[in-house]
Amino acid sequence: MAPLLELRDLHVGYGWDAKSTTTIVRGVNLTVDEGEVVGVAGESGCGKTTLANAAAGLLEPPGRITGGSILFQGRDLLNIPAEEMRQLHLAQISMVFQASMNILNPVMRIRSQFWDAMKVHGVSSEDEAMERAREMFDRVKLPRQFLDAYPHQLSGGMRQRAVIALSLVLKPKLVFLDEPTTALDVVVQRSIVQMLNELRQDLGFGVMFITHDLSLLVEIADKIAIMYAGAIVEEAPAQQLYEAPDHPYTKSLMTAFPPLGSARTRMEGLPGTPPDMRSLPAGCAFTPRCPSAIEGVCDRVPPPEMTDGQAHRVVCHLLDQKGASVG
Amino acid sequence: MARLTASSATSSTRKGPALVSTLGTVGIPAGAEQGPVPALEVTGLTKTYQVGTIGKPKVVHALTEADLSIGRSEIVGLVGESGSGKSTFARSVAFLERPTAGTIKVDGQTISLKPSAGELRQHRSKVQMIFQDPYTSLDPLHKIRYAVARPLKTFDVAPSDQHPAIVNQILTEVGLTPPEEYLRRYPYQLSGGQRQRVGVARALAARPSLLLADEPTSMLDVSIRLNIMNMLLDLRQSQGLSMLFVTHDLAGASYMSDRIAIMYAGHLIEMGPAQDVMSEPRHPYTQLLRRAAPDPASHFGRETRFESRGDPPDLTALPEGCPFAPRCPQARSECRSAVPAWRNVGPNHKVRCVLY
Repeated sequence: MAPLLELRDLHVGYGWDAKSTTTIVRGVNLTVDEGEVVGVAGESGCGKTTLANAAAGLLEPPGRITGGSILFQGRDLLNIPAEEMRQLHLAQISMVFQASMNILNPVMRIRSQFWDAMKVHGVSSEDEAMERAREMFDRVKLPRQFLDAYPHQLSGGMRQRAVIALSLVLKPKLVFLDEPTTALDVVVQRSIVQMLNELRQDLGFGVMFITHDLSLLVEIADKIAIMYAGAIVEEAPAQQLYEAPDHPYTKSLMTAFPPLGSARTRMEGLPGTPPDMRSLPAGCAFTPRCPSAIEGVCDRVPPPEMTDGQAHRVVCHLLDQKGASVG
Repeated sequence: MARLTASSATSSTRKGPALVSTLGTVGIPAGAEQGPVPALEVTGLTKTYQVGTIGKPKVVHALTEADLSIGRSEIVGLVGESGSGKSTFARSVAFLERPTAGTIKVDGQTISLKPSAGELRQHRSKVQMIFQDPYTSLDPLHKIRYAVARPLKTFDVAPSDQHPAIVNQILTEVGLTPPEEYLRRYPYQLSGGQRQRVGVARALAARPSLLLADEPTSMLDVSIRLNIMNMLLDLRQSQGLSMLFVTHDLAGASYMSDRIAIMYAGHLIEMGPAQDVMSEPRHPYTQLLRRAAPDPASHFGRETRFESRGDPPDLTALPEGCPFAPRCPQARSECRSAVPAWRNVGPNHKVRCVLY
């Protein structure tokens, strides 16, 4: 069966013409299956949000897709008419942005915003629209009377629930979640993440979850892709990635957050800063920060992609040098 | 008591090899509590704000009778959600907000609630703050040299001919090396992590005995948070600084702190050695926070449901009694009559809950 979403060698850049374009996403291959949660993690500026925007068809100029393809249920999204894309949005593909509790129109009641969205997608009666809105409110555990409220009457966590209800009201197949809980408190974050997980089991949509919080991702994703300087450097099932990461960058990210409740020991963070995307180092982009870089190899030759033949793949010279495959 | 054996087990795990270097020479909580004069001693600190419209005045109870002391070279983590009053506590201690009631003693010296300009300057030379947002807490029109040299002048730390040397030394201490590279730069020419280091340098320039760090890492990228935390730990070690580390991140607090204090709706509700509070949280709210924090280490092979009801109370209409009672699964009728008194539940570990 074809995956729900398939990104093939996707390149995305910012610029008005080929000459001035800076490439931000460099050759990403990634799939999301039906009902699967795929996590994408990396530092600020690694291109994870650009990747999600491009894949969701929401990239605005000067953002440009400069290569590769995006297949949604086997259809190439780069070659469909704008009107068709518009129909796909919300109905088939939807997105929850970072701090999206601030995207609600402050001078409209929430019910009108639901009705507006559904009108565009062929729901003809307001009664039916409200019935579906109420059902979604139940699912996200918001009292129904808040449909009549204005956004400012809700707390941040409640607004985020309302936005999630809105993004799911047409039962999309694929949902992009871009740091949906970053602006929220830890207790609210936990209940929203749990709610999303239940909704996914009930409604069966696939998720691409973008975050910098690897500890959160490990708990909710089926599969995690680690991004560095616009490319995926490692991808594996969540548990495998957590327990046996192979790429030096993944290893550093794993130790960048202190564990809860274990004995206090000194941990070392990640030295250096991400590279300038306009002038990437030759070879592997992580070389300048890599504790185990091999001189003359890592700083010259682009690293090969190694795989264990199943779901774990790593783009790194070190494994190549050891002559071992991943696993 | 089962409790005692459990806590002795956790305190032995504290002595990991890396800890000896961090804590070996400086006061750990037990010693710090009984030490000569604590760096900070706060009792009954209260802050209210008047809000609302004419005819409908309301009072926001941001902070209610908080008692907290910090020993010499001790780091206390103050943990709570947004709106819990943790920043108000730090800002009141720094006199960026004028406390409504309570006493604040720094190095044994009480500061009046209506201090004169001279008293205030003296207070701030001992208490310095590091702010959450390194993008807005530095003046964009001034170079780094100015930001760090200014406190030297304000607090008359040294004769002015020594200032350049001191600035260089402080920039080196916070890891901005070589200092000459940074002196002439403007904040916009630095990354977030570098700016936060300048924020720390500026605070250190006053030669304070107490640093109040208000979420110093929450605006920074994950990969550099640990570097800033390690720098603060090193400064405690090299300069014997005391620190209040305000955060909403339990993991960060347990990494940084000797003791942790938990705040809810303006009330301190639990306080104790970091390891004990993390491994055996006693207050139902602390237990809720602990369960809510992402914890991949114990995630696999375990299916847990997270139950949480309700939201923190409206600070203009606090419930009678324990502020957590309306959300507490174990609340009893007595919880709703008065805020529970502190009870000891272990060595240096106390909680404000009727269950103990």
